Amino acid sequence: MLLISCPNCGSRDETEFHYGGQAHVAYPENPNELTDREWAEYLFYRDNTKGAFAERWLHSTGCRQWFNMLRDTVTYEIQAIYPMGSPRPDAAGKVTADTGTASTAADSTTTGSASPDISGTSSSPTSISSTTAPEGATP
Amino acid sequence: MSADLLPEHPDFLWRNPEPKSSYDAVIVGGGGHGLATAYFLAKNHGMTNIAVLEKGWLAGGNMARNTTIIRSNYLWDESAAIYEHALKLWEILPEELEYDFLFSQRGVMNLAHTLGDVRESMRRVGANKLNGVDAEWLDPQQVKELCPILNISDNIRYPVMGATYQPRAGIAKHDHVAWAFARKCDEMGVDIIQNCEVTGFVKDGNRVVGVKTNRGTINTEKVGLAAAGHSSVLAEMAGFRLPIQSHPLQALVSELHEPVHPTVVMSNHVHVYVSQAHKGELVMGAGVDSYNGYGQRGSFHVIEHQMAAAVELFPIFARAHVLRTWGGIVDTTLDASPIVGNTPVENMFVNCGWGTGGFKATPAAGMTFAHNIATGEPHRLNKPFALERFETGALIDEHGAAAVAH
Ligand SMILES: Cc1cc2nc3c(=O)[nH]c(=O)nc-3n(C[C@H](O)[C@H](O)[C@H](O)COP(=O)(O)OP(=O)(O)OC[C@H]3O[C@@H](n4cnc5c(N)ncnc54)[C@H](O)[C@@H]3O)c2cc1C
Ligand SMILES: [Zn+2]
Repeated sequence: MLLISCPNCGSRDETEFHYGGQAHVAYPENPNELTDREWAEYLFYRDNTKGAFAERWLHSTGCRQWFNMLRDTVTYEIQAIYPMGSPRPDAAGKVTADTGTASTAADSTTTGSASPDISGTSSSPTSISSTTAPEGATP
Repeated sequence: MSADLLPEHPDFLWRNPEPKSSYDAVIVGGGGHGLATAYFLAKNHGMTNIAVLEKGWLAGGNMARNTTIIRSNYLWDESAAIYEHALKLWEILPEELEYDFLFSQRGVMNLAHTLGDVRESMRRVGANKLNGVDAEWLDPQQVKELCPILNISDNIRYPVMGATYQPRAGIAKHDHVAWAFARKCDEMGVDIIQNCEVTGFVKDGNRVVGVKTNRGTINTEKVGLAAAGHSSVLAEMAGFRLPIQSHPLQALVSELHEPVHPTVVMSNHVHVYVSQAHKGELVMGAGVDSYNGYGQRGSFHVIEHQMAAAVELFPIFARAHVLRTWGGIVDTTLDASPIVGNTPVENMFVNCGWGTGGFKATPAAGMTFAHNIATGEPHRLNKPFALERFETGALIDEHGAAAVAH
């Protein structure tokens, strides 16, 4: 059981939260212009990092707010918790932000339309990534 | 007791050779799938100058950690074809490998607990029959006759409303399956190299020409990835991506008991699957942890949830003690179907994405993957499971038949 420190509510058991998969994946700016390959990347491809991984969590039975978390996928140690829309706080995040590749830059440029909204019912990234990492009952 | 009073070590089933400087093909991952692939490369395609590289000990990954359920009652034609082929191979393999790995066709029941479950199940029974897969629909009374310890009363949260039943399905002893393949591979000249971790690839343009390992670089013409939970890590080393998420999946066993459970029972809805091993342990599987993880362990609440379901369905289990729990790392895909085929890197092939249910497929995965590696083209049975399906949209959605971790 992870003990997760919600930025609004404080430390709570993992069972109060819902996992949202990889963070910083923005809805494509011009969906109509994407190739099939690019659509596939957006819909089905997520990083599967062994090590420090930036991911989203929803405090579903508490404040119902989304936030980002940096967690080691081997030790499960939680390294940082930071707001939606902020860049990834570790070195890896900096490198990505500096070079301007899609993964981190996207989140800050498209905040609002792309980041999951508070209601948790937003059409795209939220629902899509809950299919990416369904809770409990995957295959 | 002093060591010299101990009996002689039994004969080793395979050599432990030093890696050669080059092979015709290298398989990464010495789990069930890697070993079966090497076996069929040697047997069906005459490729014996090959090696299986395993970073730990032989079959110590998911092959050692699964609950060994074997069945082929999947919904879609593509899945029924490959899983049923696997089941037919299981039926002849003990003789072919000259090893009795206790394949026991005691039947598998998939319980239905809601009207939705009932409709899905009946549809799947129909689809299975059309595909030549043995399948029956059982009403609650028939469920009880087959498995008397199951609680079919109405006073539980999700009463049993019936079940699908596949009589030819069952379980096998996973470790022995691995050893059986390994012994035959070794006899045919395949090098099985343990404690050999692949750390990178050597490429000539977009063609793979070698693998880097902690025991030196090995040249090879072909590489087959069969690394289950670590597939994404290897793909990244090779310079491509896979639509895979790795999750912890847990299971547990009880102490040994008299035989009480004659078949295999799976419940997707309340999420538990149970059989009784030959020795007598009750073997139970849980669900995946929601988060990505490579830690070979999961959270305890997942186990509690599974135990609650087990005790409600099997009231006599309330007095059984848990002996051991463990986790593996499973490679899940979005459509709950595997990926077997070519990759964007020339001469590199991938077999992954079997997630929570690839033990049952071991022989067919090995046979088709070997064909794909040897000929460069997919076998008819693995063709639909190509990586391209995520671009074409030709997904094979098996969440209905596969949504319980099994
Ligand atoms: C708890 C649990 C229960 C399950 N129950 C069932 C079930 O009842 N029925 C069913 O059909 N399936 C089940 N499964 C799924 C099944 O175990 C897997 O789909 C299957 O074992 C995967 O194939 P494998 O045997 O080759 O994997 P593994 O045994 O995991 O083999 C992969 C190997 O690759 C090695 N490797 C990784 N990286 C490297 C590297 N860089 N270099 C060298 N080697 C490397 C690993 O060490 C590992 O030994 C279950 C899984 C788990 C975890
Ligand atoms: Zn909160």
